[in-house]
Amino acid sequence: MSTLIQTDRFVLSDTERSAIEHEMHHYEDPRAASIEALKIVQKERGWVPDGAADAIGAILGIPASDVEGVATFYSQIFRQPVGRHIIRVCDSMTCFIGGHESILGSIKNQLGIAPGQTTADGRFTLLPVCCLGNCDKAPALMIDDDTFGNVDAGSVAQLLEAYA
Amino acid sequence: MTLTSMGPANRIARSAETHPLTWRLREDGEPVWLAEYQAKNGYTAARKALVDMAQADIVQTVKDSGLKGRGGAGFPTGVKWGLMPNDESMNIRYLLCNADEMEPNTWKDRMLMEQQPHLLIEGMLISARALKAYRGYIFLRGEYVDAARNLNKAIDEAKAAGLLGKNILGSGFDFELFVHTGAGRYICGEETALINSLEGRRANPRSKPPFPAAVGVWGKPTCVNNVETLCNVPAIVGNGVDWYKSLARAGSEDHGTKLMGFSGKVKNPGLWELPFGIPARELFEDYAGGMRDGFKLKAWQPGGAGTGFLLPEHLDAPMFAGGIAKVGTRMGTGLALAVDDSINMVSLLRNMEEFFARESCGWCTPCRDGLPWSVKVLRALERGDGQAGDLETLEQLVTSLGPGRTFCAHAPGAVEPLGSALKYFRPEFEAGIAKQAAAVPA
Repeated sequence: MSTLIQTDRFVLSDTERSAIEHEMHHYEDPRAASIEALKIVQKERGWVPDGAADAIGAILGIPASDVEGVATFYSQIFRQPVGRHIIRVCDSMTCFIGGHESILGSIKNQLGIAPGQTTADGRFTLLPVCCLGNCDKAPALMIDDDTFGNVDAGSVAQLLEAYA
Repeated sequence: MTLTSMGPANRIARSAETHPLTWRLREDGEPVWLAEYQAKNGYTAARKALVDMAQADIVQTVKDSGLKGRGGAGFPTGVKWGLMPNDESMNIRYLLCNADEMEPNTWKDRMLMEQQPHLLIEGMLISARALKAYRGYIFLRGEYVDAARNLNKAIDEAKAAGLLGKNILGSGFDFELFVHTGAGRYICGEETALINSLEGRRANPRSKPPFPAAVGVWGKPTCVNNVETLCNVPAIVGNGVDWYKSLARAGSEDHGTKLMGFSGKVKNPGLWELPFGIPARELFEDYAGGMRDGFKLKAWQPGGAGTGFLLPEHLDAPMFAGGIAKVGTRMGTGLALAVDDSINMVSLLRNMEEFFARESCGWCTPCRDGLPWSVKVLRALERGDGQAGDLETLEQLVTSLGPGRTFCAHAPGAVEPLGSALKYFRPEFEAGIAKQAAAVPA
């Protein structure tokens, strides 16, 4: 992943700009691409830095405050830096019954983080997530784009090892 | 023929005549791509709808079939379709597929989209023709990465085969389809919040009326249907209303089949396509295999977090809207959850209300402030720190966040399980009041 140095002035890369302009054409109104634009920025940088709202708003022709309003509404848009890998533990009632709180406890023991926190080495961020639709294999969690079912407190450590 | 729904444990016999949603699924759980889908009769209903049928006849067929929405609310699909304006000058119309599956304990649309993306595309194509929509969007939750990949690949296949795009099957009908992925938030599944989200706004629900059929996405007539609902359309059009109405068990007022499931500490958690009207007990015992050894069934929920808790004695209720209504709640998504005797209801409700409070969009006060209040009380009861009057506070919240008191159905869905838990398991809540505090199982 390329690391961009954050300065006071946020500049979209050419790749980001063209990806956002491509998305705009799928909709009647450029505003509709605002969520996708935030995801495009987040994909490369891991999060949405300050100033991105101005840059996205300028392309889409909408106020930066509207972009910021969207960025802060949706739970999978990150307005602060996160770890290299995102752990999403399903906290639906089905996974509760399946013991997801013991998984959270196990992660806390191993990594020292609670939901919403990032490890000091910047490797992992732990987040809660709505039902992952794996209820026949509860409890379930996602690490980045990979979904795991029938997880238990003992097997979490092994799963995490694959994510450096 | 046998079927794996989501895992090898769930094999059931099925056929094209009895299992319109799942008979094409592969044994190995891999997606059914275009060649195989067409070899299994795929897109023949679309050809019939686009080439042989008049547009109004498609709408009438779906109306006559009695198809109801499969997203949880159960609104008649044909009636919803009939709300689209007759005014021909309103020629920019949209069909949205609600694929924002986030209801706790629901994993049916995921299976359909991952394993059978062309069934949804065919359903949308026929429905778009019926609704005169020139463009469709599948609003898919962002976490369903496999579904997004498979849908996009299937859309590319369909475009290349002339099943999407201009002049489809020589009918003169044009339809283009996009996958739009979300960025979290349960409330996006509410259809007017979904429209706001698609437009790139915060997903606050909109005031109704006007309904989306009159003023929808970008102010144009819009129809929003659930994935499973749209997947019913090809077989209804292909096989006809009489066949569709023969599918459900005797006594069921709902027609067709439903993806039903059972999860929790049952022997064989899974998802099966079953006729409406089967007793919940059959689903629980014959399909899910009853409880795992060492666990007893304490309560169950018929279809998602927003449905009420029922007792084991209610398992004789037939699985259709009216059958479940008779025992006091809603069928919802039809994917049931078993609560076993190791689970404390106060802790379970605390978990559920934490979810509903977190996912409130914050637009209306009762929901934004009432749900965190319920969490605060439930946490206190769970710790054994409850105060006198706490149960009455919860009961008051059940009433004041109920149907008609809030801007959308989020808060009423949140308090339905709470109200039923207070009704059936009151002593567990009373035990959380300080001084009477009992040990709460982990």
